[in-house]
Amino acid sequence: MAKLTIPIGPQHPALKEPEKFMITVEGETVVDADVRIGHMHRGLEKMFENRTYMQLIHATERICGICSFTHSTNFCQNVEYILGTDPPPRGLYLRTIMNEWERIHSHLLWLGIAGHEMGFDTLLMWSWDDREEILNLFEDITGNRVTHAYNTIGGVRRDISDAQIQRSLRVHDYLLERMDAYVHVALNEKTVLKRTQGVGILTTEDAKRLCAVGPRLRASNISYDVRKNDPYAAYDQIPWEVITCDTLDVHAQLVVRALEIIEAIKMCKYMLENLPAGDIRIKVPRKVPEGEAISRTEAPRGEDLHYLKSNGTDKPERLKVRAPTLANILNVAHVLKGANIADVPMIVAGIDPCMGCMDRVLIVDSEKETSRVWDREQLRKYSIDWYEKEAFR
Amino acid sequence: MLEKLVTWSRVKSPWVLHMNTGSCNGCDIEIIAALMPRFDAERFGVLLKATPRHADVLLCTGAVSGQMKDRLIKIYEQMPEPKFVVTIGECAISGAGFDGAYNVEGGIDKVIPVNAHIPGCPPKPEAILDGVVKLLTAIKGGD
Repeated sequence: MAKLTIPIGPQHPALKEPEKFMITVEGETVVDADVRIGHMHRGLEKMFENRTYMQLIHATERICGICSFTHSTNFCQNVEYILGTDPPPRGLYLRTIMNEWERIHSHLLWLGIAGHEMGFDTLLMWSWDDREEILNLFEDITGNRVTHAYNTIGGVRRDISDAQIQRSLRVHDYLLERMDAYVHVALNEKTVLKRTQGVGILTTEDAKRLCAVGPRLRASNISYDVRKNDPYAAYDQIPWEVITCDTLDVHAQLVVRALEIIEAIKMCKYMLENLPAGDIRIKVPRKVPEGEAISRTEAPRGEDLHYLKSNGTDKPERLKVRAPTLANILNVAHVLKGANIADVPMIVAGIDPCMGCMDRVLIVDSEKETSRVWDREQLRKYSIDWYEKEAFR
Repeated sequence: MLEKLVTWSRVKSPWVLHMNTGSCNGCDIEIIAALMPRFDAERFGVLLKATPRHADVLLCTGAVSGQMKDRLIKIYEQMPEPKFVVTIGECAISGAGFDGAYNVEGGIDKVIPVNAHIPGCPPKPEAILDGVVKLLTAIKGGD
């Protein structure tokens, strides 16, 4: 059978950032996959060297709009490590609460996108509606829905009042109730099971070899979470469990994410109820002494790593960022080999790519030398149609 | 008469294409949020399309990165006339926080003509809806 090469991307109309996949297929089966990244390259790391530390809190938040809080936490932690200061307990708790809220909103967002990719738009509408509740909390406490400007070096910028705690707790109760429905859908709904079970299997060995991170790693049955293995902020002071799943496929990622939301809601409830009293931040000097530090956090998508080198002025010498999607793209390229074309959207969406995209699909038949252009919507439609036909076989 | 009908249908159901030209995803999730049930831009007939050939309005987010510049022009040229461009977020207006980065063009209007700007970092869904309604009013007025 003739081999075809399908470039997917780089422009994506619906949600995510531009990225390009070159996929070689034989009939319906993918035999090779190659990933091109860099369409979003803005030259941020060089730009960071011209910003003061105070400006950098603002700038690091804008590395990624969805995991904005994780990036600023990482940056602030790095500066705190070099300065040798520790934020007060209340500040650390508030930071941890925000990190978990971000996980809830990001996982709910993913749940919706996954539902959309498998042709289950009701799930998209539901989860995005519930996600608004968390965004309202963000707006209530930090003043903004997406980029919060809440973190600062040495703590956080705004305190939380008792009335706000009560409001937040009510929202958490509501979300816990809603999560029952989502878990039921994830475990029993026929559409979900048919599109995710046995799709995109990444074995435990491969996950280790390809350095997968985050929910993808935990769905490959490896109990690794930066929050547990290298605790930061207040994660070592609160009770919680690492979620893993042993079915290794996209369904495992769905289950891991759904259960992680529940775990995060419980963590937030515990933290809100046991919030220590005291200051929320300490004053720090504008200039940072010479030194270097590495900080890791568990972003919603996986391990996020920042490296900071200071040179004694008010601007850093070097700030390096390794975002989780970069680590996960490798295993997507691996998992795509041997998959069905109809499963490509599900596998790519599976890792929750922060820059994944599949807009135009150009199918080039190397023997007939014909080509046709697909957009991402057509690819999605093709995959849904393919599965519908399959159901009647 | 026919022209009136065309304008009416254009105003009642503008199809939009969303393009990320180097933003941080913040504006992008707010655009999707504006289309979701809580804010429901679809009640103004706004429908998200996947291809530029079906789109009336191009929603751009982000300071234009070097690689996306040519693609933005290509997408813009693929859209049928009359076409409208709406930029969403500060970066799309001037580059904002990314100003001074070496691979950033800084502002959509340096690359393609723009009809409306919606400021904010990121703008709230309410602001996006307000911008869309303002654009529709302008189209209705024959502007």
